[in-house]
Amino acid sequence: MASRSRDATGNAAERELLSAGDVARTVARMAHQVIEKTAVGAETEPPVLLGIPTRGAPLAARLAERISEFSGVTVPHGSLDITLYRDDLRHRPTRPLEHTRMPSSGIDDKIVILVDDVLFSGRSIRAALDALRDQGRPKAVQLAVLVDRGHRELPIRADYVGKNVPTARSEDVSVLLSEIDGRDAVLLRPAAEEGQS
Amino acid sequence: MKHLLAAEGLDRDTATELLDTAAGLKQTLLGREVRKLPTLRGRTVITMFYESSTRTRVSFELAGKWMSADVINVSAGGSSVGKGESLRDTALTLTAAGADCVIIRHPASGAAHRLAHWLSDTPAAVVNAGDGMHEHPTQALLDAATLRERLGSLDGRRIGIVGDVLHSRVARSNVHLLTCLGAEVVIVSPPTLLPSGIDSWPVTVSHEIDAELPSLDAVMMLRVQAERMHGGFFPSAREYAISYGLSEARAALLPEHAVILHPGPMLRGMEIASRVADAPNALVTDQVANGVHVRMAVLYHLLASEGADGV
Amino acid sequence: MSETLLKGVRSYGDGDPVDVLAANGVIAEIAASITPPDGAEVIDAAGQVLLPGFVDLHTHLREPGREDTETVATGSAAAALGGYTAVFAMANTDPVADTAVVVEHVRRAGEAAGLVDVHPVGAVTVGLAGEKLAELGTMAESAARVRMFSDDGHCVHDPLIMRRALEYSRALGAVIAQHAEEPRLTVGAQAHEGTQAARLGLSGWPASAEESIVARDCILAAHAAARLHICHVSTSGTVDVLRWAKDRGTQVSAEVTPHHLLLTDDRLAGYDPVNKVNPPLRTGTDAKALAEALAEGVLDCVATDHAPHADQDKDCEWQAARPGMLGLQTALSIVAETMVRPGLLTWRDVARVMSERPAEIARLPDQGRPIAEGEPATLTLVDPEARWTVRGAELASIAANTPYEGMELPARVTATLLRGRITARDGRIR
Repeated sequence: MASRSRDATGNAAERELLSAGDVARTVARMAHQVIEKTAVGAETEPPVLLGIPTRGAPLAARLAERISEFSGVTVPHGSLDITLYRDDLRHRPTRPLEHTRMPSSGIDDKIVILVDDVLFSGRSIRAALDALRDQGRPKAVQLAVLVDRGHRELPIRADYVGKNVPTARSEDVSVLLSEIDGRDAVLLRPAAEEGQS
Repeated sequence: MKHLLAAEGLDRDTATELLDTAAGLKQTLLGREVRKLPTLRGRTVITMFYESSTRTRVSFELAGKWMSADVINVSAGGSSVGKGESLRDTALTLTAAGADCVIIRHPASGAAHRLAHWLSDTPAAVVNAGDGMHEHPTQALLDAATLRERLGSLDGRRIGIVGDVLHSRVARSNVHLLTCLGAEVVIVSPPTLLPSGIDSWPVTVSHEIDAELPSLDAVMMLRVQAERMHGGFFPSAREYAISYGLSEARAALLPEHAVILHPGPMLRGMEIASRVADAPNALVTDQVANGVHVRMAVLYHLLASEGADGV
Repeated sequence: MSETLLKGVRSYGDGDPVDVLAANGVIAEIAASITPPDGAEVIDAAGQVLLPGFVDLHTHLREPGREDTETVATGSAAAALGGYTAVFAMANTDPVADTAVVVEHVRRAGEAAGLVDVHPVGAVTVGLAGEKLAELGTMAESAARVRMFSDDGHCVHDPLIMRRALEYSRALGAVIAQHAEEPRLTVGAQAHEGTQAARLGLSGWPASAEESIVARDCILAAHAAARLHICHVSTSGTVDVLRWAKDRGTQVSAEVTPHHLLLTDDRLAGYDPVNKVNPPLRTGTDAKALAEALAEGVLDCVATDHAPHADQDKDCEWQAARPGMLGLQTALSIVAETMVRPGLLTWRDVARVMSERPAEIARLPDQGRPIAEGEPATLTLVDPEARWTVRGAELASIAANTPYEGMELPARVTATLLRGRITARDGRIR
């Protein structure tokens, strides 16, 4: 029987799914998978990694570094802001724009790997595909995510998954990264209870 | 934010947000072949220009189109307006036809405010593209965007505005926005072209352009309309150019890092010497380029969020 | 004619309540208690103030020419409901009232409506163009018996024409009423030249444009030994000039409008043209100076400058709107609010500024008379404790351009009598 413990603020406790060490090992494992699948090597063009802000961007940078480290090949990386392509803009207050930075070598005719922290409904990835289309014409587009939590609303799947986490729709999965949050972790927060602030 | 009617009343956070969005849009479109974003697809924007102006109208049109909105231009001349239809009726007709946003330029001060009042029962957003002598908020925003690019933060910066402030909506909007963003504004103008009541403005006033130039981080030259010469505001074009024009000699008095702005169109040889207008620190073309991004940012903030349906 | 008995009134708001009996057009009896004669209409006026009927030296009745906004009949109704028993109808009609024909038409229309004595004002210059004197003598001799001439709407700006008009008016026992506005200083003007106009980007109407003409005309009137009346005084500077002129014996009188006592240019912030008027709304300092000058007597009287305008001339952008506001039905309340409530005027003084002084200036023998037995029963009954909300649509004028829309105001006229006949009672015309 699971007891529900509470943290200092009185909220039902969040669960740590991945520790900092787990995150590092997962990224390393994904890097090896990318090397294998895209045949990164001296004779092939390396893939280009584009992270979807906010947290997809530092993730893409880390993944690119790990791939370069393991393969000896420099992997270009950048970021792709999807704010202007979202399909849910009218349902919230004005969203500030994030940063788009294309690597100088461009994306035309290359394998582009979109990188995001959590894959959920798939709508962000759909927006990213639209945004990517206006940037150029890659040879192929693949998707790498640190966490796949299910509940897809579109026919989208990831090529590289750090960890599969089955969740209830109302639960919340957060990825923390030291570049933004001061530490690395993946947390699962349960659905908010009634009567809770 | 339902409308953009004036720079007066914009708080620092909102102004900064708009400028940040403009910068973000500029950066997003940089180097792209396909200058199109889908964000305002399906939104209808109507420009109502009761004063002819190619530059501003084209800027707004591009802004809308680059965001995938449908943009329609109505000019006063050949339409029902020319036949005497009132501003109010024209606006209501256009919104009944489905406009989500009306961009208005009109010779009467307060026209944009009145338009917003008449359209208050509709979800349409109103953008003031210049109302009489009152305000031209998107001009002030693009001026601020241009200054930010070159000077960084505007806090504590000394910005000079030179010329016919009395009749200038650009001056009014800039005074509001620049002081809101923390800059110090110095106005240099002959006494006849200063509004009575300027003592209540948060600006310094001077009649000596040479004395002010060495301490400015930027100077904005306002255009002087030919009509003003007939109103006896100053004796002659020649005297104006001698006393207040930015000649080459005067431009040399500016500090090295200082920049020159002009809302256009310029009267070369009058308020600004031709060579000064083409100098590297004259940012007129930057202003025009930034104009489109700033107007895209305004449309984004008014039309692409919750509350954009007038809720 | 039937008799009217007003029970329990206080004359001029003073003293103990009395009963006042009006019969055969005069005040027949004033006593502590009067038994109502058979067939007399009895008005229970306990707690109410009895004043002489109000006289408005400055009204626009728009007939002939703009009957879509007001007619002599509808304007008369508004006047009677506002407590007025005489109004002076300005000459800027279409055609202009610069001949006997037009002034006689207006006079006859007033008589036909029968609610208030309508006195047409004749133009000073032909067509109000300021170039040539109009036939002042003929208008004075006509059935309209014109005794006030004004180009109101326009200034008689040519000093030579003004001098001639003043001199000529002496022979007619008439007064020249000047709309003081130096036109060269107000080209394209939209609002009082000051902080608000500067902020709103509206062309300024400087106070000096009014003050310079007032100063000039006071000097011309003194030299001509003629009578001058200044319309709608709006600036504290004009008050200073008038004080100086009166001190040296110039025969000058001056009026102030209710809107200049209450409203200031702060009202312009939303660009609603209902606040657009000529001369424009000025600052709080000006309004305060005007109120004090009215209490002191430097400003002689209140005049409404009632100016009806069609909806399309007001519901538009500021620049395109026509200047002017309705005023006949709200005047008494605005005076109560701005002058009586703060203690600047007593009701006795209200009688002076709204009835006695204007009647004196216009030399009307049967208006502004004392409330005494034998005097004409031309009276206004006021409930000082009433409060009412202004609704343009409910006013008697055809036009509805009141700046007080939705405002709750104090005091109300409950009955108006013109030579013994009730013209208005409890908000209804008779």
